[in-house]
Order: sequence, then C-alpha cells, then structure tokens
Amino acid sequence: MDVKKNPLSLQLNVDDFVPATADEKESLVVMRESVGFWKDGFRRFRKNKIAMAAFTVVMIIMVLAFIVPAFYPYAYEEQMKGSERLGIMEYSAKELQMMEAGESVFPHFLGTDQNGRDYTIRVLVGARVSMTVGIVASLLILIIGSVYGAVAGYFGGKTDMVMMRIVDVLYTIPDVLIIILLAQVLKFPLQNLAAVPGFGWITALGPNMVSMFLVFALLYWVGMARIVRGQIMVLKQNEYVTAAKALGATNGRIIKKHLITNCIGTLIVTTTLQIPSSIFTESFLSFLGLGVQAPMPSLGSLASNALNGLQTYPEKLFAPAFMIFIIILSFNLLGDGLRDAFDPKMKK
Amino acid sequence: MSEYLVDIIHEKLSFFTPAGEVKALNDVSIQMREGEVLGIVGESGSGKSVTAYSLMGLTADNGKIIGGEVNFNGHRIDLMTEKEIRKIRGKEISIIFQDPMTSLNPVYTIGNQIEEAVRVHGDKTKNEARERARELLTLVGINEPDKRLKQYPHELSGGMRQRVMIAIALACEPKLLIADEPTTALDVTIQAQILELMNDLKKKLKMGIILITHDLGVVASMCDNIAVMYAGEIVEYGPLDDIFYNPQHEYTKGLLKSIPKFQEKEYSKLVPIEGQPVDLLNPPKGCPFAPRCESCMKVCLEKKPERTEFDNLGGYTVVGMKGKHYSRCFLQAKKEFEMKNGEVKA
Amino acid sequence: MVKYIVKRILFGVLTAFVVATLTFFIMNLVPGGPFLSEKAVTPQAQAAMEAKYGLDKPLFVQYLTYMGDILHGDMGMSLKKRGFTVNDIIRNKFPVSARLGLLAVLVSVLIGVPLGSVAAYNRGKAVDNVIIVFSTAGIAIPTFLSSTLMMYFFSVKLKILPSLGLQTPASYIMPVLALSLYPASYIARLMRSSMLDVIGQDYMRTARAKGVSTFKSIFKHALRNAILPVVTYLGPLLAYLMTGSFIVEKIFTIPGLGSEFVAAIPSRDYPLIMGTTIFLACLIIMMNVLVDIAYAFIDPRIKLK
Repeated sequence: MDVKKNPLSLQLNVDDFVPATADEKESLVVMRESVGFWKDGFRRFRKNKIAMAAFTVVMIIMVLAFIVPAFYPYAYEEQMKGSERLGIMEYSAKELQMMEAGESVFPHFLGTDQNGRDYTIRVLVGARVSMTVGIVASLLILIIGSVYGAVAGYFGGKTDMVMMRIVDVLYTIPDVLIIILLAQVLKFPLQNLAAVPGFGWITALGPNMVSMFLVFALLYWVGMARIVRGQIMVLKQNEYVTAAKALGATNGRIIKKHLITNCIGTLIVTTTLQIPSSIFTESFLSFLGLGVQAPMPSLGSLASNALNGLQTYPEKLFAPAFMIFIIILSFNLLGDGLRDAFDPKMKK
Repeated sequence: MSEYLVDIIHEKLSFFTPAGEVKALNDVSIQMREGEVLGIVGESGSGKSVTAYSLMGLTADNGKIIGGEVNFNGHRIDLMTEKEIRKIRGKEISIIFQDPMTSLNPVYTIGNQIEEAVRVHGDKTKNEARERARELLTLVGINEPDKRLKQYPHELSGGMRQRVMIAIALACEPKLLIADEPTTALDVTIQAQILELMNDLKKKLKMGIILITHDLGVVASMCDNIAVMYAGEIVEYGPLDDIFYNPQHEYTKGLLKSIPKFQEKEYSKLVPIEGQPVDLLNPPKGCPFAPRCESCMKVCLEKKPERTEFDNLGGYTVVGMKGKHYSRCFLQAKKEFEMKNGEVKA
Repeated sequence: MVKYIVKRILFGVLTAFVVATLTFFIMNLVPGGPFLSEKAVTPQAQAAMEAKYGLDKPLFVQYLTYMGDILHGDMGMSLKKRGFTVNDIIRNKFPVSARLGLLAVLVSVLIGVPLGSVAAYNRGKAVDNVIIVFSTAGIAIPTFLSSTLMMYFFSVKLKILPSLGLQTPASYIMPVLALSLYPASYIARLMRSSMLDVIGQDYMRTARAKGVSTFKSIFKHALRNAILPVVTYLGPLLAYLMTGSFIVEKIFTIPGLGSEFVAAIPSRDYPLIMGTTIFLACLIIMMNVLVDIAYAFIDPRIKLK
C-alpha cells in the first residue's frame, strides 16, 4: 500500500504500527550488570588510589618485617664487639680491616646500637613484633568480641541485658591503667607457667608479648562486641532469619550462616582499624618499658632507648618513629578504604 | 510576566554520578496557574520529586539543569544563585517532605522550628513570631498549641509531626506548596486526616499545590490536573476527570488498573504492570515504556513519541483537537494516521 | 531526667567499685608480696613488716580493710617515699597533671571541631583533602613520638622552647601540643564524618527549604547534632589525656601524677600504684558520668532511654 506521508506529524509509515514481538521488546532493555557485594566492594576498593597505596605499603612492610630478616646477614640479638654505636653506613675498625683484606662486609644502613647490634635488623624485627602484636591482638578481639556480641544480640532479652551491662562496666574502666597493671603483674605467673611442660611456647614468644595478648583480649573486645550486637539486632529483624527459623534451623546455624555472614564487612573493617590501635598501645607500653622483653626489640622500646642519645644519634629515634608512623598510617588508610568499599551504609 | 505561576519549559536535568550521567528529567514541561492543584504521579525514580525540587533549587549537588527553563512566579529559578533562591524559599514556595519523622530537627522544640520559619523572611519580633506559631498550629488543627510549642519532635506522633511540617511550610503564606508524598510514611487513618487538612487549607489559603505521590487515590481527592511521569518524562497530562475516565497512555491505563476499586460489582483482578522501570543511565532510544507496554509497536522501539494533544468531547476523545489533555504515545499517532490514511491492519 | 542522672551516677559508683576490686586483686596476684624485692630482709623483719601493713591476714580481710580505708579517703602510705601518704602525693602532683590535661582538652576541641566541620562542608575540595591528610597523619603519631620529635626540633636544634619542667608559660606549649595532637586529629575526623552524616539528614533539607542561610544552618541545625559523637568522645579523651600524660610527663620531666605513677611501677610501690589507679579511674568515671549528663542536655531524645 502506498501511503502518503503526513508532513505535519513524524515521518511514519504503516510498517511502524505493526506490533513488536516480545523478543524485540526484550532487546531494548539494557540491564545494568548486576554486581555482587564482594565484587562491587573490590571494584570500589581498587578504584580508591589512597587505599590501594596503603595496601601496597602494608604488603611491603610485611615482607620487610617477616621475610627479609630471615635472609639478613645480621641477627637482631647478635652483638658485634667493637661495632658499638656506629652511625649511618659506618664501619667499625675491624670491619674496615676486613674490607681492606678484600672481604665484603654488609653495610650497617642505620648503624648499630650501644651493644653493637645492627640497627636496621632491629628496626625490622621491631616492626615484626609490633605487627604481630597488632594483628594477633586484633584477631583475638575479633573472635571474642564477635562471639560475645552475636550471642547477646541474637538472644536479646535478659541475656542481652546482663551481657551488655558487663560490657558497659568494662567499657568505662580506664583501660590503659589496667593494662599497665596487668602487664606488670602477668609477667610472673607467665614466667612460672612457661616452665610447665607444654607451655614452652610462652618463652619463645616472650612472656611480655603473651601478657600483652592477654591484656588486649581481656579488655579491648568490648567495642567489637557492641558493634556486632548492634548489627545482629538489626539483621535479626529481617525476614530471612524468620524464614530460617520457621524451617527449623538451629540457633548456632542461624548465627553462623545468616547473621555473621551478613555483618562480615563491618567485622573486616573494624578489625583492620583495630590493628593500628593495638600497635599504638603496644608501642606505648614498650616505651614505658612494659612491652616485649629485651633482647627482642619493639618499635616502642627502640624509640625509648634512643631518647638518651637523641643529640648525637637522632636517626636511632627517627627510624623506629618513622616505621611506627608508616605502619599505623597505612593500616588506618587501608581500613578507611575498606570501610568506604564494604560498608553498605556508605553506598550511594 | 507569564500568566502561569509555574512555567517549566522543556526542562532537562541530569545527575552526574561516578557511574555516569543519569538523565533524570528528559524534556519536562509543566504549566500551572495560581491556586491550582497539580498532582504528579509516577513510580519511584520517575522524576516526580526531582521536578519539584528543581523548582525550589533544592536539587542535590551533583544534579544540574542542562536545558530548558524553570520559571516560578516571575523568577528564572534555573538562572538564580543559591543566595537569590534562598529569599524565595519558604516565602513564595514551600515544601513538605515524605517522612515527618526525620524532617524535623530532633534537638530543637517545635516552637523554635516554626518561629525560625516565620522569622527567616520579614522582620517579626520574637513575640510576634511566637504568636504566629501559635496561630499556625491552630490552623493545622493541633490542640493546646502552647504546650506543643515547647515539645520536641520525638514527643509527637507521626501525624502530628506532619501537621507541624505543614505549619512550617505555611509560615509565610507561600503561593505554592509542594507536598512530596506527604502521606506515604503515615498510617492509613492519619493519611486521610492529613489529606483532609490539605484540602481545607487549599480552600482557605487559595495557594497552588503540587502534590507528588504514587498513590492515585490521593490525587483523586484533591487535584485539578494530573501529570503522569515515567522515566523522567511526562507521558500524560490532563484534567483529573480526563485522566481517570479517559486515560490515553498505556502506562496511565496500567496504573489505573492496578488500584483496587470498591464499587466494582463483579470480582475483578488487580492487574500489575509487568517488568522493571528503565535504567536512566542507559535510556532506550525509543519510548521508555515500550519494553513493558502491552500494545508496543515497532515504531515505539525506534523513536520517541511526540506530544499528541486531544480534547474530550462528551466522553469521546477527539484526536488532533487542541486541548488540555495530551499524551506521548504512538497509539494516538496511529489513530491520527488511520484517520487520514485508513485502517492499519495489525 | 533526674532518674537518668541518678542511674548514671549509680552506674559510675558501681564501675569505680569494680575497678577498685580489680586493682586490689590484680596487685595481689604478684607472687611473694610487695616486700619480696627488698634485699636481705630477715624472715622476722619481713613478718613484722607484713604485720604492720596487715598483709598477714587472709586476703579477703585485707580486701575489706582496704576498701573500708578507701571509703574513708585513706589510701595508705607510700612504700618508697617514706613519710608521705598516697593522699599527700596525689594532692601535690595531681593539679599539675590536671592543668595540662584540661588545656589539652580545650586545644583539641577548639582545633578538632572547626577543622572537621570545615572539611565536611567542603567535601571533596582541596581544603577537605588537606584536613583529611593532616588528621589521618595526626592519629598515626603516638604521643611519645610527637613529644620527642618536638623536643628534638624545638629544644635541641632550634633552642626556642624549654625542654624540661613547667616553669614558664612557654614550657606548656610542647607538652600541651604533644598531648592534643592525637585527640585533635581524632575529633576532626569524628566531626567530619558526623557532620557529613548530619548534612545528609532530612531536617537539614527542611532548613534549606525554609530559606535559612548556610551559615545559620551549620551553626544552628548541624553543629548541635553533629557534636554529639564528640561529646561522647570527651570521656575516653580524658582517659587518654591522663594516660598520655604518663609519657609526656616522663619525657618533659614534669612533676605530675603521671610521672609519679610511671616511676612507682618499676619500684613496686604498691600502695601508690593502687592509690593512683583508683584515683584516676574514679576521676575518669566521674568525667564519663558528667559527659553523659551533658549529652542529655544537648540531645533531648535521651530522656526516653
């Protein structure tokens, strides 16, 4: 049929008015790619340049602190006679002689301390100690806090009331005072315990480090418990929990399967941000001389020891100071980045 | 000055998000006279609130008007600075929001918040403002205004708070009140009370109202004209009766079919509109409703339908006549086409 | 309101009691008792000493006696500073620490709150980024580092500030700054995020819709809501400043309660350690209660709880 086109209206012809097929309609729908929680989060995380940089720095420090010392020519407790108090890149008289004789001597990048120990390796091992304390303590806090919080939040009612009042009391206790007391007091029982067969690992770690873990585990989980409880309280109102209950799932299974998995994002973020705060406290205690035991170095105790020679050897203070700063800063930035990427509240 | 209180001409507005440009408004035109009540209906994300907010310069920071004009009471809103618009807000144009629970500042008393609205524009003294606040509370039907003025938002019920919000909006006797889903967050019985109040106020104060809602029942009770929005476009516009009894756009028809009616004698099923709204990040090139449309034709997939105007004569829709009622749908174009060229066989 | 205040106070008393009990038993965990470290003490002398301090009685009786004494405000005698009661030491040293701590609270709040608000209101702009960088760096520097570094640069290198004691007003500068660096940065971050939260609230939109100016909407509507988390932080902040002052007092050799406490630990002056702990704990708990009450005045919704 030859149809005269209507010049006033759109240029239409009769074929245009044929009904469209379902397939044609379907092809029009451009659906946005649906993205899962993790994928979405990681995508956002990777886009965040600061967080990625922080992540890289954390990885580099991990390698420096945990892997490099194994291959380092000096050991952190190795005292070299005649090499005391060397400055940056200095060699002792003996080492110079050896070099004259054609032997290669590994340089002391940061010099040595008053006992002739290579300072570079001590800073690296110090970083290892600080990181270990930070990470292990945060994991302990994560476990205790999330279990406690999940139980309180899930059961609610009287259980919750009693459990949260205990948390309230612990929360208002001035933690650092108690930590100082405990760190002081726990030394002796732990030293005794280390002598008991089966507890030899305490000596390996050093009683002070173990007491520090204990202290963190005993006092710092309350914040985590509150966060988890709050999350669980909200989550358990959701229909899928009611549905699981109606299907006869056990309490343990519901907590594990539905509730914990749903607040895992918050858990990761809170734990990451807990690490720098644990390192902070560790360095504080070590600075006061309540931290890990000599000869094991920690960044705090290295800084503390460097105070006396501040005028002559400022680098002995700056090196561990810079290390602490970088570790705490990058963990904080990493945690911020994770929060922006995985905390659903931040989604736009 | 234009004869209209509100004259939005071909407004285009986009939000610039990290994911891309979201074309929230796509050629929206609205004309409204003083004292008129316009209902804007549509599903969430259709651009009803965005249209109304842009009229007040309340568009979120990442949103920008990229085309057209927004005229209100002689002001070019789209060309004004924040500072200039501020002088109009609350004075010539006010808004009440969906959720009265969160729209009042929790740390100040009701009295403080109403008085603030009274005193922002004009030079009333503290006592005059208090007097006016008392008056306003009585106007919106709140008993014991003196006691209420001293209370905090959390001490009032949801309906009560929405009345307070209305009182704040009316503080300077605006020419236009925008009500953004004013009843959605309330209980059904309270909804009715609030609507009744707004109906009363409309008669008493003779101000224009833009009522934004997804509830056709709400617009039925008080609007003069209705604009149906879909995917950032007004797909049908017309007087209340025309829209209700003679809907032309397939989406409007779908909306009407999806509300329950009491009068229906025989058992009739509610008919939902199948499918999902379009993604405004990647809008289709044809009619945005095409994928969900029952009567979708080939042309709908390819081209955007233009406005077709028609008038309603004795219940019979006359296409091609200039009128208040228009829609954007190729079905009308098809009728026009058939009138000139004869039947098109399906 | 009265009920809430009474409840908070009772809770504070309970916490103080728990802390005192904990402290007592923790101290008694140390094997051998406080006099073991004294060299060359004959068994008789030791028994006499223990009898003098009531250490020969069963632990529970000791506990009751100790708690009874504390209730009367008597914390016993210092073991190392002969002739001084713990009360004397606290009375002499605490005002120094308190002055330092209060100054630091003031400085932290006065720096942190405005910086955080400015950052939030300029979200994403250069000002915001600068403030974020500095506040994030600020919470990554432990007090002992900021103290020693400042001392190195300002006293040792530039020689413009005194490094020891609190004789002149200028000698307050470094200790107070060192103490406030972390909390000021923390408050700035806290304030920024809570301000951002508040800016997104519906009532801020209401204020804007009323035609309220930006300045007024920040100061009237946003600030009072956004400051709530900061107020809550003031309690822990005080605890931090008390403990942070241990370090600062040690480094700048300031004769405050903190340095006294730090010195008492290695010398095992148990009555002094316990007395200081309980005193500081009670102080912090009291501050927490005060903060909670202040909170209720700023946020009227609290009465419901």
